[in-house]
Amino acid sequence: MNTELLGVIGIFILTIVLAIPFGKYIAKVFTGDKTLLDPIFNPLEKFIFKISGINPAEEMNWKQHLKALLSINMVWFFLCFFVLMFQGSLFLNPDNNPNMSPDLAFNTAISFLVNCDLQHYSGESGVSYLSQMVLMFLQFVSAGVGIAAAAMVFTAMREKTTEKLGNFYNYFVKSCTRILLPLSAIVAIVLVFSGTPMTFEGKDAITSLQGDQVEVSRGPAAAFIGIKHIGTNGGGFFGANSAHPLENPTYFTNAVELWAQLIVPFAMIFALGFFLNKRKFSYIVFGVMTIGFLLLVIPTISSELNGNPAIEKMGIAQTTGAMEGKEVRFGPAISGFWSIATTVISTGSVNSMHDSSMPISGAMQLLAMMVNAFYGGCGVGYLNFYIFIILAVFISGLMVGRTPEFLGKKIEAREVKIAAFIAILHPLLILSGTALASYLAANDTAMGYWFSGNATGWLNNPGNHGFSEMLYEYTSSAANNGSGFEGLGDNNPFWNISTGIVLLLARFIPIIGPLAIAGLLANKKYIPESAGTLKTDTSIFGIMIFAVIAIIAALSFFPALALGPLAEYFTL
Amino acid sequence: MKNIFSILKLTAVTLVLFAVIYPLSIYGVAQLAPNQGKGETLSVNEKVIGYQKIGQKFDKSNYFWGRPSAVDYNAAGSAGSNKGPSNAEYLALVQKRIDTLLLVHPYLKKADIPSDMVTASGSGLDPNVSPQGALIQVKRIAKERKLDEAKVKALVESKINTAVVGPESVNVLELNIALDGLK
Repeated sequence: MNTELLGVIGIFILTIVLAIPFGKYIAKVFTGDKTLLDPIFNPLEKFIFKISGINPAEEMNWKQHLKALLSINMVWFFLCFFVLMFQGSLFLNPDNNPNMSPDLAFNTAISFLVNCDLQHYSGESGVSYLSQMVLMFLQFVSAGVGIAAAAMVFTAMREKTTEKLGNFYNYFVKSCTRILLPLSAIVAIVLVFSGTPMTFEGKDAITSLQGDQVEVSRGPAAAFIGIKHIGTNGGGFFGANSAHPLENPTYFTNAVELWAQLIVPFAMIFALGFFLNKRKFSYIVFGVMTIGFLLLVIPTISSELNGNPAIEKMGIAQTTGAMEGKEVRFGPAISGFWSIATTVISTGSVNSMHDSSMPISGAMQLLAMMVNAFYGGCGVGYLNFYIFIILAVFISGLMVGRTPEFLGKKIEAREVKIAAFIAILHPLLILSGTALASYLAANDTAMGYWFSGNATGWLNNPGNHGFSEMLYEYTSSAANNGSGFEGLGDNNPFWNISTGIVLLLARFIPIIGPLAIAGLLANKKYIPESAGTLKTDTSIFGIMIFAVIAIIAALSFFPALALGPLAEYFTL
Repeated sequence: MKNIFSILKLTAVTLVLFAVIYPLSIYGVAQLAPNQGKGETLSVNEKVIGYQKIGQKFDKSNYFWGRPSAVDYNAAGSAGSNKGPSNAEYLALVQKRIDTLLLVHPYLKKADIPSDMVTASGSGLDPNVSPQGALIQVKRIAKERKLDEAKVKALVESKINTAVVGPESVNVLELNIALDGLK
């Protein structure tokens, strides 16, 4: 058990150590400074821009960034939607999997578009290899869009007074080619040599040692799983995601996949410090996030190691911890750690089934997504945190009676209104969705077109845990996370459409908001730092941000958590 | 209008790069990997009987058993039970599994049973059990196969995968193949 904890600590520290030089590299990608990889990527990008007829040196203001971002996303949505709708009769479908229903295709296309990867299908039977490749394309570009949006905000924070905030396509293409592609290839190659399949052959039929007839699903999984983690997407190639022995064959690959999902979000924070030449500020941000992360991780690992008290009462040894929904090769410690890493970072890949986690772990997983700003997904994690920074600057400015300023720019009513709206949107989407679903389930409403049968039929567990299943689904959608309490019967029009709408709103509004604030601030007059300036790179300010996050999350979500996982904990 | 064409062209060229060239490169590298990236298989008498990483169902009394599975070890799919820890129906099922284990292994005490043997795995295809999960079955196997108990126990111990970090495990399929070869 001790070596299990050592594994967790080792992976975490190693990732932080590697994230610092990698953050420096990311900063160089954005500034356009020379890097070692230039000889490969300069010609490649030149070629991409030439074919597309895009001038990457053309400066854009924040509205032009936004327009480019939203229109290209629309194109990708239709591309993916139609492939999924007609995959049954298209090529690369050796297992003859059927077309998706329109509502499922709607949900799936959106959820990969928004970097969420909530999957209401199972990879083995729900998609063709062609669809997997198109979904993999979305895993690249959706992560690239997140990083590009963050790059624009970084630029806005650096410039004194300007409208020119770089070129969206330039940031986007470089994020994909220079950051996501090389890392994904490394992870994919490690996986291929550790036993993950990379073949275009369909299912294999074999007679087992005991003499049973079984089939084994395979496919071009390794390439998919590389970007799945590097891009913090989390959509599994197989139904069981990274709990599947082919998707995550060994303890070592598990460590690599954990590293892969943590590295870009960690590095983005350090990249900010290098980019602005304010290293101390990035350490404060990283420190606040890490404290939040550890506060979620420690109770989770400890409750998983202790095992299920209800099974302990039956007299079964809990020396191996809580094992329902977990794999023996990983064990409860690293599975618990993964469950928090994947929820704070919005990856949403799972190596154990969260529905079967202990109640305290479930509460921590939910809380990680409710806060949604500790590290966070590729690029967007920082955007969410940026909102909390703006609120903290404003509130602490009021508290000490100084003009709220952030990096030499006055924070005024307009910016605070946008920030407050974004901060409220997250609980609004989660809680109203959950309220609607719970209302239907509580009355056991007949659902007609929306669900075959009565509403309680979509629950896999009774009581408080059933409530948690619904709460988790909307939380995961609103955080663009993609993990689930997978017992929920979610492949039906009600869940496909309602979560699809939540996914869209919860992706694009929290991108539009920070982009607008950053753009507005960049345009303002620069005020040099003076004795009256509130310093933002101090630990006091770090505590202030943490307090704002804690208050917003606690006030909005505590009642829901009390009805779900906390109530379950006290009855167990 | 010019913008829309640029976006369409950019989509096309990145689609080729990320959904065609990238996977084909990894596919190329995979040709050097074990079994050319089709998944490592295990054979008995040159006949493929399974995948090394994918667990199989064992319910005959002369084989070591693996963990309970929500998909009955059919790797055409994969899933956990997704039962919550407080679900009464689920706890009754666990109790039933305990009773079955005790019935088949009358020499066992409840406290000897590790929790992985009475709980379903996340994928339903877990190829491993904990060392304790295999060791509790030794006496039964030795009796069924009329083998020396110490010899079967030594076989299990030789099949325990230990690592510098992480939990110990036993691959049930590999263990059973070795068991078939035991005289």
